[in-house]
Amino acid sequence: MKFLSAYRDAALARSILDAIRKISKKESKLMEVCGTHTVAIFRHGIRDLLPQNITLISGPGCPVCVTPNRHVDEAIELCRRPDVILTTYGDMMKVPGSESSLAAEKAAGADIRIVYSTMEAVDLARENPDREVVFFAIGFETTSPTIAAAILRAEREGLDNFTVVGAQKLVPEAIRALLSDDRIGIDGFICPGHVSALIGVKPYEFIAGEFGIPAVITGFEPVDILQGIYMLVRQIEKGEARVEIQYNRSVPSEGNPHAMDLLFKVFEVTDALWRGIGCIPGTGLKLRPEYRKYDAVKKFGIEITDDREHPGCKCGDILRGLKTPLECGLYGTACLPERPVGPCMVSVEGTCAAYYKYGKRRE
Amino acid sequence: MCLAVPARITEIRGNVAEVEVAGVIKTVGLDLVPEAKVGEYVLVHAGFAIQTVDEEEALKTLELFKEIMAHEVS
Repeated sequence: MKFLSAYRDAALARSILDAIRKISKKESKLMEVCGTHTVAIFRHGIRDLLPQNITLISGPGCPVCVTPNRHVDEAIELCRRPDVILTTYGDMMKVPGSESSLAAEKAAGADIRIVYSTMEAVDLARENPDREVVFFAIGFETTSPTIAAAILRAEREGLDNFTVVGAQKLVPEAIRALLSDDRIGIDGFICPGHVSALIGVKPYEFIAGEFGIPAVITGFEPVDILQGIYMLVRQIEKGEARVEIQYNRSVPSEGNPHAMDLLFKVFEVTDALWRGIGCIPGTGLKLRPEYRKYDAVKKFGIEITDDREHPGCKCGDILRGLKTPLECGLYGTACLPERPVGPCMVSVEGTCAAYYKYGKRRE
Repeated sequence: MCLAVPARITEIRGNVAEVEVAGVIKTVGLDLVPEAKVGEYVLVHAGFAIQTVDEEEALKTLELFKEIMAHEVS
């Protein structure tokens, strides 16, 4: 893969950094809204390489981190049923719910299986016709079409023992919510490459059109990220605001319309609860009426009314870029990767976990 | 969570494909990119190909960017 080595070229990375230093004059706060970017930025030490007038902040870019306790509690309630096999991506295992976690429930005997793909959950449903296979459906637009594809496959095969706990989120309207919060003050967005591979450019156009803020859809190799930052800085310095694609090898401007058609065949847009942030209109997905039979929460009559989040946890402020992990009293003391309190420390792509792994400690 | 890796398709059987990632062969769903062909690169995420990757475009646009950047900062 010649193109990958080109995007990891150290000499080119250095020359882009030099170019950024030359053209960047204004104080600029850039936000990445993808956990994969957060980790890549830390891994390559990009925050420390940029000139001091450019600040990178991390937004709500990790689907694990933004899943509120209510959905974790729903999955826990379901996994306690003896007829249920709960399937989940591994990242959700240690996320604390209001009182327990899936890892604790598994240790106590619940039948919880970690899957890499939704298709493994469908396979389990086919192989276990006398059990109910529930998939804990989290993810952004990158992942949600794979969940729709699994439901469509279950429908084609006539499987009536496959259901999902729906907790997926949509990114663009969450960016609108961040832009509408005067306390944050973002000068440019590093838009998520793989979400954009599905949704394309159009859903971001309001960032430039309505808010006058530049946005660049960016890839994940070090040269990608530096090039994306250069493109943002260039717009900021010229006083321009456009949505540009840096990651054009994987992001056609129209995205993947076929995958989005599959997604919206099965799901429709609704409002969604984001951990620590609250309800953001137009950022959730719910099953369309003809697919509601795949809703595990409805099928089993689960109703969570007493969900609560840890009072000291600052994940909500960290997800909005209002605080860094270093400003949370629990970070590095009560909240550690091996016993996390908040989801930003659980997920490998959470801001707190990235800070901790790459050695950011309080002075 | 939105991690995706480029992989080359080596075989297609219906709506699944064998792809090669760093010498490892994996089976992925083609439901989201049914038009993908053997020999093409696709982005693989959570067991599915989610988009095709344009290798030539990658190299071409990088060269173009280098020229533009050199012109802008000179």
